[in-house]
Amino acid sequence: MQLPMTRVTYRAIRVWQRDLDTFLRLWKTESWWPTIEPLLYLSSLGFGLGVYITRLSNGLSFLEFIAPAFVATTAMFAASFECMFSSFVRMEFQRTFDAILATPLTIEEVIAGEILWGMTRGVFAAVSVLFVISLFGLVHSPWALLTPLVAVVEGLMFASVAMIITAIVPAIDAFNYYITLGITPMFLFSAVFFPLDRLPQIAQTIAWVSPLTHAVYVQRSLILGQISWNLVWSVLWIAFLALIAFNVSLVLMRRRLIK
Amino acid sequence: MMSTVVFAENLVKRYRELSAVNGINFSVNPQECFGFLGPNGAGKTSTMRMIYGFSPVTSGRLMVLGKDVMKEMREIKTRLGVVPQEDNLDPDLKVLQNLIVYARYFDIPKSISWARAKESLELFQLWERREAAIRELSGGMKRRLMIARALINQPQLLVLDEPTTGLDPQARHLVWQKLRLLKSQGVTMLITTHYMEEAAQLCDRLVLMDKGKIIAEGTPAELIEKHVGRDVLELRLRDGAKTLVKEQLAQLSASSEEAGDTLYVYTDDGRRLHSQLKLSSVDRVLLRTATLEDVFLKLAGHALQE
Ligand SMILES: Nc1ncnc2c1ncn2[C@@H]1O[C@H](COP(=O)(O)OP(=O)(O)OP(=O)(O)O)[C@@H](O)[C@H]1O
Ligand SMILES: [Mg+2]
Repeated sequence: MQLPMTRVTYRAIRVWQRDLDTFLRLWKTESWWPTIEPLLYLSSLGFGLGVYITRLSNGLSFLEFIAPAFVATTAMFAASFECMFSSFVRMEFQRTFDAILATPLTIEEVIAGEILWGMTRGVFAAVSVLFVISLFGLVHSPWALLTPLVAVVEGLMFASVAMIITAIVPAIDAFNYYITLGITPMFLFSAVFFPLDRLPQIAQTIAWVSPLTHAVYVQRSLILGQISWNLVWSVLWIAFLALIAFNVSLVLMRRRLIK
Repeated sequence: MMSTVVFAENLVKRYRELSAVNGINFSVNPQECFGFLGPNGAGKTSTMRMIYGFSPVTSGRLMVLGKDVMKEMREIKTRLGVVPQEDNLDPDLKVLQNLIVYARYFDIPKSISWARAKESLELFQLWERREAAIRELSGGMKRRLMIARALINQPQLLVLDEPTTGLDPQARHLVWQKLRLLKSQGVTMLITTHYMEEAAQLCDRLVLMDKGKIIAEGTPAELIEKHVGRDVLELRLRDGAKTLVKEQLAQLSASSEEAGDTLYVYTDDGRRLHSQLKLSSVDRVLLRTATLEDVFLKLAGHALQE
């Protein structure tokens, strides 16, 4: 059996370029929100809640603990939303995919291009959050320079999963199921706000399946300079999920769009 | 030299249980303009979509530009220009940008696509609007832009699904002129249309489709001669006269077709037939030369009434 991703050539870049072009046209309205949201969280939680929690058991201030996690969460949100709402609008309302399918591109390349773009949005968001928290002195190690690379893998993974959802939803409202049952629980239970050892054992095990837990763990470790081989395993786990989700999304999209 | 540009043999398209195209055969020669006519739902668009690779072929054989659509679609699409039935311009991009970005899908560098886009936008009288957003264009302007976009890769085969729907008469003539020019330069064309005048003006040969089948085929002149004859009498009769006139027509063995309130009578000598019919002065009668529209009404009309 041949993996669907083997049918993708460099031509996927053409779709990525198209999305980049439209983004650059609209960037003033589009590019700030991934940064603003983490800033709101940080100020509310850091200054508000942080007062009550001065030190965590690991010796970090609450702000030092949660700020690096937002480099991971913001990439998840940006990549997911791009490949859910934006891709859905292009596919269903604007018929952009149909138009491209009359050119030499294949459906797999169109979808791959969309996922690459979703990933790019994730990386943009991660980098801008990294920049902002570095201004607050919350970045402790030069290892932080590797965070964009991790965001690439993480962005690919969440963009691909979002594309799977886009391939199966009947209408745009149905994204709420994935947001409520997928994105939000990951956001709340992936060691963003508290160390996982606060959870019961069984919940900890489940939390470690979540790719966001691994992304948060890796980004936080890099930013705080806590380097170990475990980081590699975490990135590999995310990459493995990305590989599966990417191929599944190509199959499901072909099934949805080619009639 | 390539002998046949499009060749279809027992071509079938099924969507689940529904057969949209039901085993059709046709072939299109180089530099020919080949038309598909037929009522709504006849299967014209489904046929077009298989040709430009949007829909997989259910069964049968389909060769385009000498290549098998199931094996070498990418090579085919590189040399194809497509105007689908529904506009799908990129609303996130402006008019000129639409063409440049589309050209990039064909790996055409910007220096070349820009020049082509300019030429084409000028021709279709859209150059002034090159910085306009798509939503600011009128329906006819969008259609013209769709055609301009299809030409950006200088295709050898143009697939046009109702290209001039929504165009004003002047713009339509402009498009026809451009299409004839392209044809003289060696481009082959497939076109579907509901405008019989368009088919008569452009098509060298055409097929009439109904319920996924081809029910007639030939040049416009052949089709008219074979199925209708030279003249048509259009009768709009007074109440109650219909049966009477129909009886007379049956006796004279003249074929006729009813569409709405009008009775169309087909004959080779309209003047003579007119004098033979017993009509009153309240009946409205129009004698004219037969057109493709009559062929369409006669052949597809039967089908619609069933
Ligand atoms: N994606 C689809 N899924 C299911 N059925 C379809 C699909 N597309 C077309 N059909 C059906 O196939 C048949 C042929 O449709 P098609 O669009 O080819 O007709 P057409 O000749 O182009 O008609 P029109 O003149 O209205 O454009 C119709 O019965 C239509 O309902
Ligand atoms: Mg159609």
